[in-house]
Amino acid sequence: MSTLLKVENLSVGMRGSTGVVVPVLENLSFAVEAGRTMALVGESGCGKSMTALAIMRLLPEDFVVTSGRILLEGEDILSASPKRMRSLRGNGISMIFQEPMTALNPLFTVGDQIGEVLRWHSGVGLAEAEQQAIALLRAVQIPAPEQRVKAYPHQLSGGMRQRVMIAMALAGRPKLLIADEPTTALDVTVQAQIFDLLADLQKETKTAIVLITHDLGAVAELADDISVLYAGRCIESGDADSVVSHPCHPYTRGLLDCVPQLKLGPRPPQAWSDLAEIAGMVPPLGARGPDCAFLARCREASELCRSRLQPALEPITDDHAVSCWRKSELAA
Amino acid sequence: MTTIETSTPLAVESSSPPVRPSASPGRVAFRQFLRSPSGVCGACLLILIVLGTAIGPVVYPVDPLDLVGGPFTAPSADAWLGTDYLGRDVLAGLIYGGRASLAVGAVAALITIAIGLTVGALSGFFGGAIDAALVKITEFFQILPPLLFAMVLVTLFGQKLTTITLAIGAVSWTSAARLTRAEFMRLRNLDFVKASRAAGAGDAYLILRVLLPNALPPVIVSATLAIGVAILFEGGLSFLGLGDPNTMSWGLMLGQNRNYVLDAWWAVIFPGAAIFLAVLSISLVGDGVNDAINPRLRRRM
Amino acid sequence: MTTLQAAAPPDSSEFVLNVNDLVVHFEAGRKRPLQAPSFVHAVDGVSFRVRRGTSFGIVGESGSGKSTTAQAIMRLVPATSGQIVFGERNILDLTGKGLREVRKHLQIVFQDPFSALNPRRRAGEQIREPLDLLGIGTPGERDERVRRLLAEVGLPPNAANLFPHQFSGGQRQRLCIARALAPEPDLIVCDEAVSALDVAIQAQILNLLKRLQRERQLTYIFISHDLGVIQQFCDEIAVMYLGKIVEQAPAATIFAEPRHPYTWSLIAAAAPPGPTREALKQHYLVKGDPPSPVDPPPGCRFAQRCPSAVDQCRKSLPLQESIGTNHYVACHRAAELLPPSFDG
Repeated sequence: MSTLLKVENLSVGMRGSTGVVVPVLENLSFAVEAGRTMALVGESGCGKSMTALAIMRLLPEDFVVTSGRILLEGEDILSASPKRMRSLRGNGISMIFQEPMTALNPLFTVGDQIGEVLRWHSGVGLAEAEQQAIALLRAVQIPAPEQRVKAYPHQLSGGMRQRVMIAMALAGRPKLLIADEPTTALDVTVQAQIFDLLADLQKETKTAIVLITHDLGAVAELADDISVLYAGRCIESGDADSVVSHPCHPYTRGLLDCVPQLKLGPRPPQAWSDLAEIAGMVPPLGARGPDCAFLARCREASELCRSRLQPALEPITDDHAVSCWRKSELAA
Repeated sequence: MTTIETSTPLAVESSSPPVRPSASPGRVAFRQFLRSPSGVCGACLLILIVLGTAIGPVVYPVDPLDLVGGPFTAPSADAWLGTDYLGRDVLAGLIYGGRASLAVGAVAALITIAIGLTVGALSGFFGGAIDAALVKITEFFQILPPLLFAMVLVTLFGQKLTTITLAIGAVSWTSAARLTRAEFMRLRNLDFVKASRAAGAGDAYLILRVLLPNALPPVIVSATLAIGVAILFEGGLSFLGLGDPNTMSWGLMLGQNRNYVLDAWWAVIFPGAAIFLAVLSISLVGDGVNDAINPRLRRRM
Repeated sequence: MTTLQAAAPPDSSEFVLNVNDLVVHFEAGRKRPLQAPSFVHAVDGVSFRVRRGTSFGIVGESGSGKSTTAQAIMRLVPATSGQIVFGERNILDLTGKGLREVRKHLQIVFQDPFSALNPRRRAGEQIREPLDLLGIGTPGERDERVRRLLAEVGLPPNAANLFPHQFSGGQRQRLCIARALAPEPDLIVCDEAVSALDVAIQAQILNLLKRLQRERQLTYIFISHDLGVIQQFCDEIAVMYLGKIVEQAPAATIFAEPRHPYTWSLIAAAAPPGPTREALKQHYLVKGDPPSPVDPPPGCRFAQRCPSAVDQCRKSLPLQESIGTNHYVACHRAAELLPPSFDG
């Protein structure tokens, strides 16, 4: 398969009130092939949403791309004209958001909203658009789509709204779907359904997915590749199984360890043992030095780490790269 | 969208001491206000106007009701801004009239806010039957045409400055009440209010100490603007001949001289300009306060 | 005025809190004028007992009534009927002074640390607030206790003079915990207290809560939608669905032998990745979303989504029955349905 999206050395900065540009995202590179899923994982403030918005060219005011390229099938999105960008959004790239209630217009039926996308991108008529909207609602497993197409967003449950969002995002047959924490606002049983739905749809449509999430454990199922971001820098990336089962960077390890995993089956009642924690917190914007961003919180940090700059993201195996000065020792 | 922490949280380690000194929300808003050019311009202009009415009599000791010369004397070295149709000094009128106009504005705005806050707070906090009743009362006052209603009140209770002030307050509190009610309804469901209740707080404490300080910012903006509106209102009443004839005010000057604008433009233009500048400066301050308060709210996502 | 030492527990029986058939209904307005109003059956007959010094977990999805239960215990929402017995007194009957007395023993930590702190008050004042309002200690003693509490939750002493916006999410949650600890309560309700935090911070807060429990013999009612966290943190667990407890058991039992189809679904959704998860999802994960708690249909609340539902389930409401040591389940078919195998 050919590479669909290629992000090269992307850096995003925030212009502060004094005019100084503070780095939010530094030198991020990754590539996604058609039909595959790339997960960007990290805590809040790590820059993962900014990456999504940069790809959509929807960065908020005060945020600017300071360097890098974003190539969609070889075309540089960052230099595309606004008109070209409008046609790319929807046809080329589309996005689903965390909170489906605020992302849908409360004044129009879901059929109208999906139909509008269809009419805009494929120029079909009103009746045809409604038929296609019903088909899309069926595809996202909404029961009784013929009735639901006439429903307003507030008449649907959270899970239904997220399905509608997915249907809308798929209406323009995008080559790339960006899903920004698509299940965070949903109930656990619904979350599992939405992940399954995305996987099923991807199999059919060969859409590439960039999945943005804070939950490293949950993405293992859906993602083919994972990039772990920390304080705006990619600190580990590679094949999903490899990253989750053999995490190498101390931060990735910490992220996996500090989530209590459900243990099933008979087991003796246990006394509480403290969860592994990562002490401290992500350094705020503007307080990120040139040395390793994780240095202050890292329990593996050595004198070597303190004396050097942020390490480069370098491979430890064919499909797994880590940005850590002690990667070879830790990987062993 | 995830949060970008724009306000720097304290230090890196939870155990290490915070680096930044504490800044109260009020002080932050004040600093923000100083960054707004229009707000600062408005504040400077307003200070000039207030200072002018305060120290004016020292610099220009003329009684505004004295007949200092013939009617319609053009501005000259004796009467700097000329005289009006009775021969009273226009500048002295502006100075003393400014005191009255500003006082009417400030006091009427206070009345507006006091009634509005009380009605809105009770309505928004308790909800239910109390809310329904208070909303009906508010709506009753809202559908009355304010100018006509104020004219009726002034006619009934006499053309005195106090009556005029009370009348202005009585007709303009409804928007403040609605604003306060909306804020209280939004706030009363927030967790920190529940937390205070769980800590043993009663209704009075919740209203006065917990909700009110948080509901105040938008009310302060509307109070600032209410001063300007009240000054205009007083001007309007005086212009229609319902001012207090024994107290000089900008509106009264305008009203009494309006028939002679072609003979003595100065007797009309100067008080008109004074009202314009005062209301403009207050609006600019109100906008500045609004800008100063809102970014903080926006940052809370 | 009580002194700082006088916060002894009201009695020392095994159970610190006894909730008996708690019902909380909200009026949801009328569909048409003159029609009888609809009611949200937020909590619909919930009973459980909380053992002293343990953590009682309540797990459920949105609309299950878990947070409403928490707030009813704190008297933050009015209960429609039922009893909440704390130290031989029914909290629901208390007013004024009696209620304030009970508030010294019951405290709450909310989900969102951004809305749980008053943005216009300094952190120290907020921790002091319960002491001031409940009249605990002298002003000097209160200041001293605020200093001690800040240290206990891992914040520096000068944090007292800062405003909430100067703290990060995790630090704010520490402040909320300090405020809840201030009157030295016996029981703290943690209403999704770690759900809004980043995972690394979540672990810090959970460890802190456990440490405080050990040191102060605290009892927790721990409400969460995260089964992994609930399993680690709690001794006993109640599963709620649409205002009802469908299953209740010690933590070791409920994840070994869950007996309610809804519990199976929750477990299937939260199982760790692997073949077991795939098998569980295949068989037990229910489709669709929880229905609205407005005017729920008769019969078992879960019947609409339950793959094992029969006619009886849709007609009559199953009662909670004991099926093992401290293990209760509300399902007509509990005897016939076998729990899932977790071997893959």
